Amino acid sequence: MAKELVAFRNLETHFKTSAGTVKAVNDVSFSIREGETLCVVGESGCGKSVTAMSLMQLIESPPGKIVGGEIFFEGKDLLKLSKKEMSRLRGKEIAMIFQEPMSSLNPVFTIGKQITEPLLYHLNMTQKEAKARAIELITMVGIPRPDKIFHSYPHELSGGMRQRIMIAIALSCDPKLLIADEPTTALDVTIQAQILDLMRDIKTKRNTAIMMITHDLGVVAEMADFVVVMYAGKVIEEASVLELFREPRHPYTQGLLKAKPVINQRKERLYSIPGQVPNPVDLGENCHFHDRCEFCMEICKTKAPPLRAHIDGHKTACWLYEEEGKAQ
Amino acid sequence: MEQPSLNRTEQLQEQLKIVKAESPWRIAIRRFAKNRLALIGLIILFLMAIICAFGPFFSPYELNQTDIKNKNLAPNAQYWLGTDKLGRDVLLRVMLAGRISLTVGLVATAISVVIGATLGAVAGFYRRFADTIIMRIADIFLALPTLPILITLGAILSDLKIEPSKRIYFLMLIIGILGWVGLARLVRSQILTLREQEFMQATEALGLRDSRKIFRHLLPNTVPIIIVSATLGVAGAILTESALSFLGLGVVPPTPSWGNMINAANNLIDFRKRPWIWIPPGMCILVTVTAINLIGDGLRDALDPKMKSR
Amino acid sequence: MSQYIIRRLLQMIPTLIGISIIVFAISQLVPGDYITATQNPNLTAERIAQLRALYGLDLPPVQQYFVWAKNMLVGDLGQSLQHQMPVTEVINTYVWNSFIIAFFSFIFSWIIAAFVGVFSAQFQYSFFDKVVTLLVFLLMSLPSFFIGLLAIKYFALDMKLLPTGGMTTAGLNATGWAYIKDVGLHMFMPVVVMTTLSVGGLTRYFRTGMLEVIRQDYIRTARAKGLKERTVIFKHAFRNALLPAITLLGFELPGLFGGAMILERVFNWPGIGQIYLASLNLRDYPLMLGFTMFLAVLTLLGNLISDVLYGVADPRIRLK
Repeated sequence: MAKELVAFRNLETHFKTSAGTVKAVNDVSFSIREGETLCVVGESGCGKSVTAMSLMQLIESPPGKIVGGEIFFEGKDLLKLSKKEMSRLRGKEIAMIFQEPMSSLNPVFTIGKQITEPLLYHLNMTQKEAKARAIELITMVGIPRPDKIFHSYPHELSGGMRQRIMIAIALSCDPKLLIADEPTTALDVTIQAQILDLMRDIKTKRNTAIMMITHDLGVVAEMADFVVVMYAGKVIEEASVLELFREPRHPYTQGLLKAKPVINQRKERLYSIPGQVPNPVDLGENCHFHDRCEFCMEICKTKAPPLRAHIDGHKTACWLYEEEGKAQ
Repeated sequence: MEQPSLNRTEQLQEQLKIVKAESPWRIAIRRFAKNRLALIGLIILFLMAIICAFGPFFSPYELNQTDIKNKNLAPNAQYWLGTDKLGRDVLLRVMLAGRISLTVGLVATAISVVIGATLGAVAGFYRRFADTIIMRIADIFLALPTLPILITLGAILSDLKIEPSKRIYFLMLIIGILGWVGLARLVRSQILTLREQEFMQATEALGLRDSRKIFRHLLPNTVPIIIVSATLGVAGAILTESALSFLGLGVVPPTPSWGNMINAANNLIDFRKRPWIWIPPGMCILVTVTAINLIGDGLRDALDPKMKSR
Repeated sequence: MSQYIIRRLLQMIPTLIGISIIVFAISQLVPGDYITATQNPNLTAERIAQLRALYGLDLPPVQQYFVWAKNMLVGDLGQSLQHQMPVTEVINTYVWNSFIIAFFSFIFSWIIAAFVGVFSAQFQYSFFDKVVTLLVFLLMSLPSFFIGLLAIKYFALDMKLLPTGGMTTAGLNATGWAYIKDVGLHMFMPVVVMTTLSVGGLTRYFRTGMLEVIRQDYIRTARAKGLKERTVIFKHAFRNALLPAITLLGFELPGLFGGAMILERVFNWPGIGQIYLASLNLRDYPLMLGFTMFLAVLTLLGNLISDVLYGVADPRIRLK
């Protein structure tokens, strides 16, 4: 098994709102290995993006704050680094692309300027070297006529092109980890596929570890080596992609998989998980999924289930698989 | 399957209840009440208005009561803000001037609002010809150098030997007429978007008269921006009036206004040795206008968070 | 681009005609004319009639308007009655005095406003930000003449730090550096007061602009690239926040050349604003009308310039 690259240990990121404290990330632990693609899955608001932003340490503060836990990157605790040391890692060792390609590029600078910026800053290249490298990168992400694109402004490019540029910027310094926060959600389906192809390409050719955040199980099936399922700020299940699709254990994961349409299997209606995501403010100490769960037991309403490995590498946080739960 | 869908409706009903209980105005009031600076502004303005309105009734002096024996006194126990060169009580004059200045500011703005809202609504509602004409006129007014025009008009009022007591009405009118453009543009653009919405098709179906559509259905929706713009407009009108009066072209003696009281500073001795004559009215302008601006800003945040401030 | 400018210039014509009619009509409302305003008892009725004919004051108003408008088209604003020289020359003589104080205060207020606005936005809700917010409101509410008078009283009269007014010390025929120093001393207070008056609104403008920009996705991208916070704020965010501010740049034009009437009077600064106020007392119509039209043209040109600048600065709407 490859070396561990990133490890979240009991991460707690909270947001203070006028209604109360939101534990956006609540005691989250998992790790990403070198060269591995890990998908974090969950509904919007489950804390998957906040987990990634905590890793980048780009949480808006106030209202957000990392209040506990550790995030190790190559053995160093990122939360103990100074601002300067962290900013040296960002964009160089750990790069990130976002959901909204339309607004993620600065409208007043040329594409070239935005790609060369990290090269000049992190790798101390000269303008000339940086430009050559930028052209190379633009070609690599599959955009023709890189010279012309280099001098273009973001508004002259389509959404798919802009996401490619974002990927080019992210890859410019050869990062060890690429975080992709719903990179295809805002794009058309055909473009989505192209971007995913590009990312798979990167994965195989460069051996870059990818932390992919998505709510789309199709993307998970295509991309992931390993999957982490989050619900209301907590990891509720993690497993290799094959294992997870073969045998989802948490009722929520099962629901998610049931909710996905499968080609050639016409059903009367698609399954939807009943109820809504709980109000994130001041959640109690219980299983946050209990009021939507068809297997809900008494213990689920009063006590939070621990995340435990039952079979090799497949972890689940559900009382159904605990001795305590079975006792009832 | 039955169970969850029932839950959904219940939840929706629950949410609807919350929405119903909180009308937009109530939300606005709650937001405003949270804005500490705006509240301070409101209290200051309220106090200022109360003092100016009712203070004079408690004063032992009268407006144009001169008292040569007690002229140019520094502030003391008997004359809290001292007396001027004619022996008039400065405090009383400041309060009476406040009445005038506040009234001029309010009325002038009211005039601007009436003209601006009406023209803006008409332009936005009828579009085409009416819109072109009104917006062309707005362009002209916008490029018109306001201060020289006001000054010239002020001079005309002086030449026509209009009585000082009547003069303030002309003044309100002039300031009001020159200040409608900004609001007209805001209302117009709002109406242009509003009239495309569904509820206007409903009024179409009902066959309402145009005037009813405009004044009953469209304009009420622009009230938030009108309130904000009017509040800030009052602050501007008070500043304009004071500047004109300072130049001797606005409110003229013997009617006191904060601006013309500062005119005393044109006399070197009053200016240098008797600051109590001209500093209090100046501070009054500053405090009042600041208070109004704070309120206006608070209202803007409360009523329309999207509206950008300039 | 040049086509756009030409079109805009042509669009200015009807507006200018409208303004000229209003301005002329208002001036006609003023009772009396230059001859009566001079109150020269030595003038015989015959001489008065002669003078009126000379200045065209005996023509019916509509005719007077057309004469004036026709001359204006060829750049002739008429002869100032008081100064006995062409109005254009009067404006040209005094406008530069107005310009130097307006220019310095323009530079200072933009620099101060940009810095304070940016920091205030960057540390939103901090103590600094709160103080700035309150100060901004105070500054925006200052009556110009009052703050000018206060400054004169305390700094010039009481502390005797600075001259009370005017542009040069009377009787001092200094040249070279001594002259510049003398003018500089006289400029100091008007410039500071003018800056104080304009910096509030501008700071607010920059602050709101920055607040808007730092919430944008591309700022998050810039941070994710690992750039220094200073680079993120001053390069990525500020460039974008400047875009809307650039439109304000054009609106500054009338302020730069139009003279600050009230402040120039308070500080007895020999600028065009003060000359205008004086021309009013003497019913010097050609000067009054000419100067008002001069201001209107500046305003319209300013609007045009801000549109063009915006087009140049924002790549998204760069004018072809």
